[in-house]
Amino acid sequence: MQVQSMHFKARAGQKLADQRLQRTMKKFSTKFVGARVTAIAELDDFEGTRDAAIERRMRAIENLDVWLDILEQEATRRGATVLYAETAEQASKLVVEIAKKHEVKKVIKSKSMVSEEMQLNRALEAAGVTPIETDLGEYILQINDNEPPSHIIAPVIHKDKEEIADLFAKVHNKPRLTDIPEMTREAREVLRPHFLSADMGVTGGNFIIAESGSVAVVTNEGNEGMCTIVPPKVHVVVTGIEKVLPTLADLATVIRLLPRSATGQSISNYFSLLTGPRARDEKDGPEHMYFVLVDAGRTGLIGSEFQDMLRCIRCGACMNHCPVYQKIGGHSYGWVYPGPMGSVLSPSYVGIEKTLDLPQASTLCGECHVACPVKIPLPDLLRKLREKQFERGLRPGVEYLSFAVWKFVARRPALYRLATRITARVLKLMGGRQRLIRTMPLASGWTDHRDMPAPSGKTFKEMYNERKSA
Amino acid sequence: MRVGLLVTCLVDVMRPEIGFSAIKLLEAAGCEVVVPSAQTCCGQPAYSGGNKAAARELAEKLIHDFEGLDYIVVPSGSCGGTIRTHYDDILAGHPTLLERYARIKPRVYELTDFLVNVVGLDKLPTPASGSFRGTATYHDSCSGLRELGVQLQPRELLAMREGVELKEMDQARACCGFGGTFAVKYGDISTAIVDDKCANIHASGADAVVLGDLGCMLNIEGRLRRLGDHKTRVLHVAQVLSGDT
Repeated sequence: MQVQSMHFKARAGQKLADQRLQRTMKKFSTKFVGARVTAIAELDDFEGTRDAAIERRMRAIENLDVWLDILEQEATRRGATVLYAETAEQASKLVVEIAKKHEVKKVIKSKSMVSEEMQLNRALEAAGVTPIETDLGEYILQINDNEPPSHIIAPVIHKDKEEIADLFAKVHNKPRLTDIPEMTREAREVLRPHFLSADMGVTGGNFIIAESGSVAVVTNEGNEGMCTIVPPKVHVVVTGIEKVLPTLADLATVIRLLPRSATGQSISNYFSLLTGPRARDEKDGPEHMYFVLVDAGRTGLIGSEFQDMLRCIRCGACMNHCPVYQKIGGHSYGWVYPGPMGSVLSPSYVGIEKTLDLPQASTLCGECHVACPVKIPLPDLLRKLREKQFERGLRPGVEYLSFAVWKFVARRPALYRLATRITARVLKLMGGRQRLIRTMPLASGWTDHRDMPAPSGKTFKEMYNERKSA
Repeated sequence: MRVGLLVTCLVDVMRPEIGFSAIKLLEAAGCEVVVPSAQTCCGQPAYSGGNKAAARELAEKLIHDFEGLDYIVVPSGSCGGTIRTHYDDILAGHPTLLERYARIKPRVYELTDFLVNVVGLDKLPTPASGSFRGTATYHDSCSGLRELGVQLQPRELLAMREGVELKEMDQARACCGFGGTFAVKYGDISTAIVDDKCANIHASGADAVVLGDLGCMLNIEGRLRRLGDHKTRVLHVAQVLSGDT
């Protein structure tokens, strides 16, 4: 996906003005949040499970090379091929090469955000291979002229039913349906022949398990099974190298948190644990299985102050709970990963200069940190990115100037007292009789939509000293 | 018990009366209140703006101004949160400062947290005649709630205030959209967020929204007034508890 994060402000403005999107986002903002509360209450020891999950994820991240070696050994021993890609482009190239090697004409895909990083569909099409998205949300986006997803687990959350009904009627060239089960049936009818005629299935990987060389895939539609077991002769897993977990027991711990934090489900409708290609005595499964494990910036985070980000389990709870995301939706962020986790990842993966708004466009309210099942200190990481911008001279000159003046004054109590007295008086005057300031220079962002309640004209310190001497 | 009051920049300039309400409450709890006259700012704006060096200089100044007192009390969750939860990071790599900070850190409190959990205030000052009576809804300010665990304390204290009835709003713990300079840099997003807060305040039917942080206060009041609501009062929890307003 092309980076569009430099247009954040303009895009966010458009999204705020889009009444239809605002209605859709309003519904969304309470749905997952409410369901999560119920789902986590089912666990006897939610906090203990979180701590265990953190410990297990960090154990993998801190010795990533070791666990990847074990994964490779175990997967290879079971007949799979493990390939590594340093960049997203290389990863795409590898998948295209696999497709060519097996003379693949059509690829069916289960949901994968890493494949969005890779722009895999575009690469496949360029090589004459047809990719078909089979996750319902991703399918809707694909038939809408390859629109990018706006949420990592609910890619089409920005669309309402009516919009999808219009799209289906147009693209499927059938009478417009508005009943959701009927619409789903129609999509299924379109997808079914693709499942049966595809040569290769591509899935993401929620986790890859070192001790057994397996991939774990969670879906609500079962399409991951259709992409891997039923017809295709080749299954390719594309996922990030940081998704490794040492053991199946670790997976059992982490998977208790994933659907609960994501959609508020106790368990996802489908869960596949796929290990190796079809063995001689097995009746189903692909003939060939590949892992394409993608770095694309991840190793750069190891040992850095952003290392905690690597334990992310991609549940989307941070964006579900983010007051900013809830208003502007995922497309405003301009790259693959939106919301708080995306605002930390995008600068690291595509460059701090291209993503200047992302760490700034947060109130640092802390709700993402509260909701994160693996307690990633997202507000702290966003603040650290702000520090990097500041240190590298990437902020507007006026910010440096105002900080310099403010610091100079705040370190000198007598000057500070004078400056605050003047400020209090000026603001009082600006407030007029109503004691409300309607416009302020350099602060139109505030006063365009809000008044600034004016002060009474004297500072606390002045009044305190007056009262003391009285 | 000598309690240092960190007035905070915004109370100093925008709402000095809140500082006096805080003093009244602390004195009602039997504290000797000291207001160090050299105090300025805790460094929060610099820290949030990515200017850690400036934040460190002001953190050092604050430590210097307040060390030696038994407690440091702040009528603001975000300033309290900065000092209590972020100074370790702000002062990282400066062992002498960290050592001095370690001595004051456990003695830094948000006002209502201090009144409930340290001094156990059991009787509020007698309210002034004409002070606020009616229904109030409490907005949980982000830093106070999530960095300092301030949630029950203000509600417990408000329950003691005669003539004030607490009416919870929906989404009381949701951010109001202030976020410091965020409110200016991304004014339109900030406004969309505060609109939800205003709608929840209105839906609660309360006469006043009560809160514990000046940023939220100016943001919510500013938006309510622009929307033409000149009736709903926006009050700091200290003003209601002291019975001054």
